[in-house]
Amino acid sequence: MSRPRSESEYLARLIPPSVAGAGLSRRGFLKGTLGAGAAVSLSSLLAACGGGDDKGGSSGSANQEVTFGSNQSDAVPKKAYADMLAASGMTVKVNTVDHNTFQENINNYLQGNPDDVFTWFAGYRMRFFASQGLAGDISDVWGGLSGMNEALKQASTGDDGKQYFVPLTTYPWALFYRKSVWEEKGYQPPKTLDELVTLSKQMDKDGLVPIAFADKDGWPAMGTFDQLNLRINGYQFHVDLMGGKKAWDSPEVKKVFDTWKGLLPYHQEAALGRTWQEAAQSLLKKQSGMYLLGMFVGQQFPKGKEQDDLDFFAFPEIDPAVGSGAIEAPIDGFMMRADPKNEEGAKQLLKYLGTAKAEDIALKADPTVIGASSEADTSSYTGLQKKAVEFIGSAESIAQFLDRDTRPDFAATVMLPGIQTFLKNPNDIDGLTKSLESQKKSIFTS
Amino acid sequence: MSDLPTVPAAPAEAAPSRRSGGRVRVSGTDRIFLILMVAIPTVLVVAWVWLPAIASVILSFARWSGVGGLDTIQWIGTENYKNVFTNYPPFAPALRHNVLWLVFLFVLPTLFGMFLAVLLDRELRGTRFYQTAMFLPVVLSLALIGFIWQLIYSRDQGVLNAVLHTQIDWYGDSRWNLWAVLVAAGWRHAGYIMLLYLAGLKGVDPSLREAAAVDGASPVRTFFSVVFPVMRPINIIILVVTVIESLRAFDIVWVINKGTNGLELISTLVTSNVVGEASRIGFGSALATIMLVISLVFITIFLSTVMRGEQR
Repeated sequence: MSRPRSESEYLARLIPPSVAGAGLSRRGFLKGTLGAGAAVSLSSLLAACGGGDDKGGSSGSANQEVTFGSNQSDAVPKKAYADMLAASGMTVKVNTVDHNTFQENINNYLQGNPDDVFTWFAGYRMRFFASQGLAGDISDVWGGLSGMNEALKQASTGDDGKQYFVPLTTYPWALFYRKSVWEEKGYQPPKTLDELVTLSKQMDKDGLVPIAFADKDGWPAMGTFDQLNLRINGYQFHVDLMGGKKAWDSPEVKKVFDTWKGLLPYHQEAALGRTWQEAAQSLLKKQSGMYLLGMFVGQQFPKGKEQDDLDFFAFPEIDPAVGSGAIEAPIDGFMMRADPKNEEGAKQLLKYLGTAKAEDIALKADPTVIGASSEADTSSYTGLQKKAVEFIGSAESIAQFLDRDTRPDFAATVMLPGIQTFLKNPNDIDGLTKSLESQKKSIFTS
Repeated sequence: MSDLPTVPAAPAEAAPSRRSGGRVRVSGTDRIFLILMVAIPTVLVVAWVWLPAIASVILSFARWSGVGGLDTIQWIGTENYKNVFTNYPPFAPALRHNVLWLVFLFVLPTLFGMFLAVLLDRELRGTRFYQTAMFLPVVLSLALIGFIWQLIYSRDQGVLNAVLHTQIDWYGDSRWNLWAVLVAAGWRHAGYIMLLYLAGLKGVDPSLREAAAVDGASPVRTFFSVVFPVMRPINIIILVVTVIESLRAFDIVWVINKGTNGLELISTLVTSNVVGEASRIGFGSALATIMLVISLVFITIFLSTVMRGEQR
C-alpha cells in the first residue's frame, strides 16, 4: 500500500489502468495479471538495458555506470530524482517503474536482476529483505554519513545489527487542522483524550464534522489504530504486536478498539466509501475540524496561502503513564542490491544520497515531506515543514506505520479487511480480535 | 451439431486417392502442416494453462512467501484450505457474492438480453440503431464501465441520487454497492447476450415459423415450442457465457475498491493474496484452486451436455 507522493501522482491514480493506455499503469495491470513470470522478465529486461557495459562484474569502480531502480514514476518527482542523481556527478542509469507496480512486484524484482541501488521504505519489509539476503550490507556507507540521528540509524538497521538502508525523506502522522478555522472559533489543541472529546462535541455544535475520516483504500484507518495503540499501550507494545509477539485478542488491543469505538461518533460517517483525498477536501473546505493523517494531506491544499493555513498537533495523551512521546513518521529511502554489479559505485551513490545536498534537490518536488538528515537545508522549508522537523526531532520514539512495521501479508489480507469490518460493526470487538489473533497465528508461523 | 446436414460420403471410385478404408489419407506436407496445427496450440495450452493450473493446485498445499528458492517451500497439507474455510472472514462473503453474481446475471440481464433479441428479430423500424445502442457497452472493458457508472452513482454529483433525492454512496455503502455493481455489469452483459441470441435467431429456418403459423400457433407459443428448442446450441453457449462471466468477474470491483467492503469476490481475494507485497502464494493458490473446482463443475456439465447432443 502506498501513499501518493505528489499531486501529479494522485491525479495519475484517478485514471483507471485500462484508460491510461500507453502508460506504465497499463503494463502494471497486465503484469499483475500475468504474474510472476512476466514481472521477472520485465525487471530483468529493464536491468539488462542498464547493465550493458558492466561486464567487469563486481570489480566495477565509481566511474562506471550504476543502475538505479526508481519507483518515482510521476513527472514532478521523476524530474526531481533525475536532477538529484545528475548532481551526484556519477553515471547513473535510472530505470523508473510505476510506483504501485514497483511495490507490488518487489519480491520478483529483487529475486530477478535488480538494479544496484533502488528506492524502498524503512521498516519490517526492509529488515525482511535484509535477512533473506536480498539486500546488501552498507554499514560502511553509514560510517561516512553525517546528520543522521540514532533513530534514523535504528530504522535503517537489519535484524543482524548491520545497516541496509539510507533514509532520504520522512513525514509525520498527526492531527491536521486549519489555523484560520481554529482561531476564528477559539479552539485549542487538546492535550488529553477528554479534551479531544470535549472539542469534538463543540465542533459538532458549531456545525463542523469533528474528525474527517476515510478508509476506502483500507490503509488510512490503520493510522488511527496506530495512534491509539501508541497512546494506550506505548511504542514497545506496538513493536511487539506488529512483530506477532503480542496477542491481538489481548485486553490491551481490545482497549484500543474500545476507545476508537468511543471516538467513532465524532468521525466523518461512511468512511469506507471515501478516499483520503476526499476527506482532505472536507478539511480544505472548512467542513471538518481536524484530520488524522500523514503530512501528505497537504498535497490536497493549493500551494501558498491554503497550505500555510495547515497546522497539526500530536495525538493527545490517553494514559499519563504512557504519555504522548511516540509518533509515526514513515521513512523513504534507498537500499542496495545484495550483489551489485558495481559495488563501489553503488556505495558511493548511496553515500551521496544520504547527504543534505541530495535531499535538498529531492525536496523541491514535494513540500509535504522533510529531509531525513538534520543537515538538510531548512531555510526554504514552509512553516509546516519546519514544524514537522521539530515534531519528529523531539519524538521519544518513532514508529513507521502498521503496514510498514508488520508482515505485508498480515497487513494486507488480515488487518485491512479486519479494520474495515470494525468500522462497519464496531460492536463486536471480542469476535473481531479473536479472529485477528487466529489469523495472525496462521500467518506468523513461517 | 446434430441438426447440421451430414455430408454424404463420396463414392469410393470417384476419389480413390482420398478415401481408403474410411480413413483420410493426407500427403506429406499436409501431414506436417496438420501436426503443426495441432501441436502448437497444444503446447501453448499445456504450457500456459495446464502447467500453471497444476502448479497452483500443488502450491495450494504449501506455505511459501515467494521469496527464496523452491527449497524454501514448506509443505503443510490441507492447512491452507482449513484456513480458507474457517479462518478467513472475507471468504464466505466472496463465495456468496460470486453465487449472487451468477444468479443475478442469469435472472435479469441474460433473460433481458434474450428478450431484446427476440424483439429486434421482428424487424422493427430502426432495428440496427437499437442493436448498436444495446451492443455498445460490450465493447467497453468492465473497468471502464465501473467508471462510467461512477458518474451515475456518485454520492454528491450522481444522477441517481439527484433523481431519487437520496444521499446514498452507491459504490461505498456495503448495503448497496454489490447491487450497484451488478446493475453496471448487467448493463454490459445484456447487450452481449442480445447479440449472441440475435445471431442465433437469424439462423433459425423461417419455414419452421411459417409452419407453426399455418398450424395456428400464437407467436409466443411458436417461440417457446419451436424456436427455443431449435436454438439449443445457442442456449447452452449463453448459459456457459453467463457462468464464465460471473466467475471471472474481477476488473469492475477491482477498480472500485480492490474487492473490499462488500465487494469481495474469490478472484479479488486470489489477487490480493498472491499478487502484490502480500505474497501468500500457498494460501492464494488454495483460493484459486477452489475457484477452479467450481469452474470445473460447470465445465463438466457443459461438456457432457454438448457431447450428449453430438451423439444424438
